[in-house]
Amino acid sequence: MTPITPQDTDDTARGNSNAVNGWYDLFSRGARDWLRHSEKIREAVHQHLPQIVTGSDIINDGTRKVRVPVRMLEHYRFKLRPDSEPEGVGQGTAKPGDLLGPGNAGSKQGGKGPGGTEKGGPELLLEFKIDDIIDWMWEELRLPNLKPRIGKSDEAEWKREGWDRRGARSRLDRRRSVKESVKRRAQSSSSPAFIDEDLRFRQLTRRPQPAVRAAVFFLLDVSASMTDADRQLAKSFFFWVAAGLRRQYRALDIVFVAHTTEAWEFNESDFFKVAGSGGTVTSAGLNKVQEIMEARFNPAGTNVYLFYASDGDNAVDDRDAARAALENVARQTQYAGYIEITSGLRSGSSEISQIFDAVGASGLASSRCSIKDSNDVAGAVRHFFTHEARTAEESGAAPESPP
Amino acid sequence: MSPDWRGHLPRLEELARGFGLDWFPVVFEAVPDSFMTEIAVYGLPVRMPHWSFGARYIYQLLQRHMGYSRLFEVVFPGNPGRAYLASSNGVADNTLVAAHVLGHADFSKNNLLFRRSQQQGSEHIIEHAAAHARQIERDIEAHGFKAVEKVLDAALSLEQYIDLDRGLRRDPYPEYVAAPQAGTGDEFRSRFATLDPAAAAAPSLRRQRAPLPPHPEKDLLWFIATYAADMEDWERDIFLAVRAESFYFHPVFATQVMNEGWASYWHARLLREADFIAQDVYLDAIKCHSDVVRPVAAEEQIALAVNPYHLGFTLWEAIIQEGGIDAARRVMREDDDFSFLRNHLTRELMSEMNLFRYKKQANGPIKVLAEDIDELRESLLQGKYNFGAPRVAVAEVRKDGTLVLEHDSTIDKRGLDTDSANKVLEYVIHVWRRPVVLRTVDGASKPVEVVANSAAA
Repeated sequence: MTPITPQDTDDTARGNSNAVNGWYDLFSRGARDWLRHSEKIREAVHQHLPQIVTGSDIINDGTRKVRVPVRMLEHYRFKLRPDSEPEGVGQGTAKPGDLLGPGNAGSKQGGKGPGGTEKGGPELLLEFKIDDIIDWMWEELRLPNLKPRIGKSDEAEWKREGWDRRGARSRLDRRRSVKESVKRRAQSSSSPAFIDEDLRFRQLTRRPQPAVRAAVFFLLDVSASMTDADRQLAKSFFFWVAAGLRRQYRALDIVFVAHTTEAWEFNESDFFKVAGSGGTVTSAGLNKVQEIMEARFNPAGTNVYLFYASDGDNAVDDRDAARAALENVARQTQYAGYIEITSGLRSGSSEISQIFDAVGASGLASSRCSIKDSNDVAGAVRHFFTHEARTAEESGAAPESPP
Repeated sequence: MSPDWRGHLPRLEELARGFGLDWFPVVFEAVPDSFMTEIAVYGLPVRMPHWSFGARYIYQLLQRHMGYSRLFEVVFPGNPGRAYLASSNGVADNTLVAAHVLGHADFSKNNLLFRRSQQQGSEHIIEHAAAHARQIERDIEAHGFKAVEKVLDAALSLEQYIDLDRGLRRDPYPEYVAAPQAGTGDEFRSRFATLDPAAAAAPSLRRQRAPLPPHPEKDLLWFIATYAADMEDWERDIFLAVRAESFYFHPVFATQVMNEGWASYWHARLLREADFIAQDVYLDAIKCHSDVVRPVAAEEQIALAVNPYHLGFTLWEAIIQEGGIDAARRVMREDDDFSFLRNHLTRELMSEMNLFRYKKQANGPIKVLAEDIDELRESLLQGKYNFGAPRVAVAEVRKDGTLVLEHDSTIDKRGLDTDSANKVLEYVIHVWRRPVVLRTVDGASKPVEVVANSAAA
């Protein structure tokens, strides 16, 4: 080796380390594999979407984010079941029989395996935009986008359409005007650059728009037979429906109605806490919906949806009244869906199912679905949205009987 | 300007040769901290991509930010050896580290386990690992990221399952059972053979298929790569690449206390004798040394773990004081951590180092146990058996292709955690492509069978 003077070493070292630093910065395997790890976490969270939303008050606020605590993913290996009283070796001034509190415990672990088998690690708090989750959900379930009814709207909007020689200064179309000027001067070269005849103004016309306003009624049976768990399921289902509708409609009004033998309107936070007592009279709830719909929404300009959640029981003497009320409502709504929460064992032919089946068979856009636990929520959402899209396409043709 | 640590290197090397240290040339490279962390996490400067490394990488970064751990050097044995030093370290630190590296280089050229691993594998593990990584990049291009990742999930989770006794290069089992030696053996058979020589010779013409595997097979990586019916060749290559790297990692794992102690002893000794190092640099270096080999973190009175640097360093000092450097070199060549601790960790050293055994009581405080040198050694070694992994071996392959794994709970004293075992089987079933079953025991020592959920594959 040739001797290197300190001056040289210093320079070469600095030069080298700069070049080297640049190279290492370009290529970080740790960062690359960490990105893959994060991606896998997102995939894992992705698969548990319905569970994520069951817990929080998020129906009314489409911009909010959910925070999901996740552990670092574990790459599994064979390991022994934990020892109830593990032994170890420590170092320090301790005598046999001493009891060491957790405060004295060194936090570092001793020897690690070749692969590093450290447990757990810190928990990460991942934030997800609700909108992103909804988009995933729609991709994953391949849900169709809703088609608003066109033609039943009286809403109109000014649209730009065509040109005219007269108009407001602000609507002057410079490019068109220059074109006109060039055309004119091509015929006679001696004419002035611009004359009034060259000017072109953009025109506006009024065009009817498809209804972009929508309202959804969430009708919930809060009679004594509905448990907390049932209401949680309904809430989770309502959340997805609201999210799905919000994807389509710029403005979505949500109305919460709860009923037992009577019916009341609530705000969101109270809605899910309501626990009523006594029996179930579905017609009371449906009539309340009808009443609010007539008072607040113009069915011609608004796409109205109704989703009803119940455990399926209804007073027997209410059957005809309920059916009439449902037909009444369904005639004005874009779609009426019924979700039956069957946390217990139950056949599919409950009182309310029969009513919805009958109304569906009579040609009105409606359908029903039943769910047992939070895993079924996504399936129910898929059912309603695909069914809605189908009936909307057939528009008028007799809808298929619900599956 | 203080001179660069590289300036001291030739004279350190000369000094080390004088003490009889003997090593392959070492290529030193100063790299940024982030790269040091990566080397420590991946175990190799270039290695195959896998998300689990990413998780460990972030964990390490967090630890470093919290000041828990600081990496000084990483050395790779070979001819030449390669040493990576943190470029952010000062002159004193890196002078110490350079001396430390010489200790490691001496150890890895002469220790039996390292020698065997380099004979079987190669002296160029870094280049081989880089070749594996390149091959896997090509696999990713050819077969897609997810497909390669699934194979790596399985291979890396079985990383520790190699059979050191059978070595890196193995032939497949004989396909047929060796023909029974007719006429030999007991007296009856030899008399029977004389009755009708033709009949006695006949069975040797009929070959009998050997059971698969002929004995419980510990080398799961090799077995799967060799005997999985429907594995693609590129998938087998990934298994064999992970296996080759495991053979390389094993000596590092099996001699950790010895190796770190040896390097710590030599960095202290070389620096003490190095009169060419400026006084202030020497002082800083010695401060750094005492940080590395201190038994208990500065602010603590008691640690519930043993610093392997301190343990190894103390043992080597005692060995050299008693028998001189030559005796120590013989121990260094022939021992691994098992024999090293069992032969040289004496009762006196145990008391001198204030080592104690403890038991974490269920829902209670930690209790310090009575002094017992034999038990203490075994406690120190308990994580060292079988490459630090539970003993799982291939028991049989059934006629329908089911892979049956058997966990030896008599030696491990407990059964396997069934949740994580189930996840590992899910990785494995993806490459084995037939049912996979694992036998172990539950909390009450009753036999249980873990069956991989084939729907997940």
